Amino acid sequence: MKRIALLGMPNTGKSTLFNRLSGASARVGNWPGITVDLMSAKVLIGGHIAELIDLPGLYDLHGFSDDEQVVRHFLSNHAVDLVLIVLNSSQIDRQLSLALQIKQLGLPTVLLLNMQDEAKRSGITIDTQAMASQLGFPVATMSAKYGDGCPQALQLAGQVLNNVAVIPAPSDVSKLLELDSQIEQTMHDIVKHSVQMPIKLNDETTDKIDRVLLHPWLGLPLFFLAMFLLFQFIFTAGKPLQDGMAWALELFRTEALEPLLISLPSWLNGLLLDGIYNGIGTVAAFVPIIVLFFLVMSMVEDSGYLSRAAFLMDTLMAKMGLDGRGFVMVLMGFGCNVPALMGTRVMRSRPMRLLTMLVIPLSLCSARLQVFLFMIATLFVASQAAYIMFALYMVSFFTIFLTAILFKHQYKSTEPFILELPPYRFPTPRQIWLRGWQEVKHFLKRASKFIVIGVVLVWVLTHYPTDVAPASAATIAGQIGQIFAPVLDPIGIDTQLAIALIFGFVAKEIVVGSLAVIYGLQGDALSHQIAMNIDWVQGMSFMLFTLIYTPCLSTIATMKSESKSSLFMWLSIVWSLALAWVISFIFYQGARALGF
Amino acid sequence: MTVLSNLMPGQYGTIQAIHAEQALYQRLNALGFRIGKKIALIRRASFNGPLHVRIGATDIILREIEAQRIQLNLV
Repeated sequence: MKRIALLGMPNTGKSTLFNRLSGASARVGNWPGITVDLMSAKVLIGGHIAELIDLPGLYDLHGFSDDEQVVRHFLSNHAVDLVLIVLNSSQIDRQLSLALQIKQLGLPTVLLLNMQDEAKRSGITIDTQAMASQLGFPVATMSAKYGDGCPQALQLAGQVLNNVAVIPAPSDVSKLLELDSQIEQTMHDIVKHSVQMPIKLNDETTDKIDRVLLHPWLGLPLFFLAMFLLFQFIFTAGKPLQDGMAWALELFRTEALEPLLISLPSWLNGLLLDGIYNGIGTVAAFVPIIVLFFLVMSMVEDSGYLSRAAFLMDTLMAKMGLDGRGFVMVLMGFGCNVPALMGTRVMRSRPMRLLTMLVIPLSLCSARLQVFLFMIATLFVASQAAYIMFALYMVSFFTIFLTAILFKHQYKSTEPFILELPPYRFPTPRQIWLRGWQEVKHFLKRASKFIVIGVVLVWVLTHYPTDVAPASAATIAGQIGQIFAPVLDPIGIDTQLAIALIFGFVAKEIVVGSLAVIYGLQGDALSHQIAMNIDWVQGMSFMLFTLIYTPCLSTIATMKSESKSSLFMWLSIVWSLALAWVISFIFYQGARALGF
Repeated sequence: MTVLSNLMPGQYGTIQAIHAEQALYQRLNALGFRIGKKIALIRRASFNGPLHVRIGATDIILREIEAQRIQLNLV
């Protein structure tokens, strides 16, 4: 099968073109030695089914950024039948450098001048014939967003593909990649001969919007307002969808599965229903939130506002070793950690992305909120509730700052903070939907197996041996709780709470339900029993631990699939457990020492 | 002769020299920072934050520390 590499500078609509060509058929391919996801799809070009690979955006073929190294690594190790270069027509005067660098590799190439609609509006005209004859390969103008010029560009690509006799070996390309290039003069000449640009090129509308959104005083409040509204939208719209999903799954269980499996032995029945089926339910619960999150995030990203967030928040975030885009993801983590972790993909520097991924699980997500609301109602009077909740949010922020500051030297970004501010653009509904759909597919493919296995494992721990009461002290989980008693006693956590923490690894949504199973009580009787068993200091210590340690299996699975590193996943688990213990210890022993 | 970080919003100049190591130099180059190009400072973020500059049709944000390395003549 022929292989086509899609390559271009960032913010040129390269991925939009990829989505247009691939439709919903794109998948994440596995390429040895590459730590970022490369999407690929089978497309029909020039009568061939070809594999089209969306390479990361790059500025310079000889550059040092992570993405630039990925592209070099790819071209040095895989034979490519055709390179499609995507450049922004409005910025052709500087972006042509990339096309000239590719030309030196001797690969069959077609240059696509994208965003023709914007260029036309700003009065830029490009003589593609003249440019093609000077470059030595075909040039086509197009608009990937609206599809104009797309068929012609594909036809051109097909012709080149059909005429190619031999392609350079990856090892030869690799050698050429090491040579640096002097292209400045050539670029200048080509632009002079084939491009006409008006003197003044500013996008008036963008300027006007920026004057408000980047205003020295208004900018930040508007940013926080926008984030608040988006957050509210995602999680208020997501709640009924999640509830509906849970309702449908429960209905299917009681109406179809339970009658069907009733004749099975109880352990097998439990394993299938409470283990595997609940595991599937845990995965499914995230689907609506992920779709909504990426609907909103792709709007924020494609509109150009995300780079503005980086501009506004940089002073504060730079001290933590993060940037403003990381801040947006951490904020979104307060709703749900899983999509926030997936969203860090917008950060192109791997160290900075890992640092952001390390702090996101510390943000107090809505699932943990449910546990706290229950515990607070159980152990505190109503007038104290707001203070306790506030304190927990403060602890969450504190652990985020602490972790970022402690780890920022390990995950030091080597990339200079120089970002393009693209003009404001309206993303098309198609772009937005495709993104949401792709992310859900990605999550299901990468995380579901891991999550189901984890849920089954916790079910086994809390239900074996079978001859004792589930989730009691005699189960494996109870025994683990007892083994860890020397560690858990100093933070005031007894065996029952320890079992609840083991359940909590699956998801914080099930912690309150697990307490009901552990104590064998429901509703008021459960609250009453917990208030009898533990005092508020123990309860607070339990909440602090719940806040800081691993949020849920889905977060762990996402952490692993996004970082492509088990080591990093373990670092996150161990660090959050250690931090949870230390903070609970300081609180519990401090409170006891003060006589509480 | 001055450096980019000394510009006031609304002022512009012509790039004379870029004092940067290779990685930074290449990135700046690819974004259009080349000798002889005109560059304008649009605004600064509050609390000594990044600078928003414009070269040709490209708007770019960069930090003070990088902006100090770009020498220019005021126009």
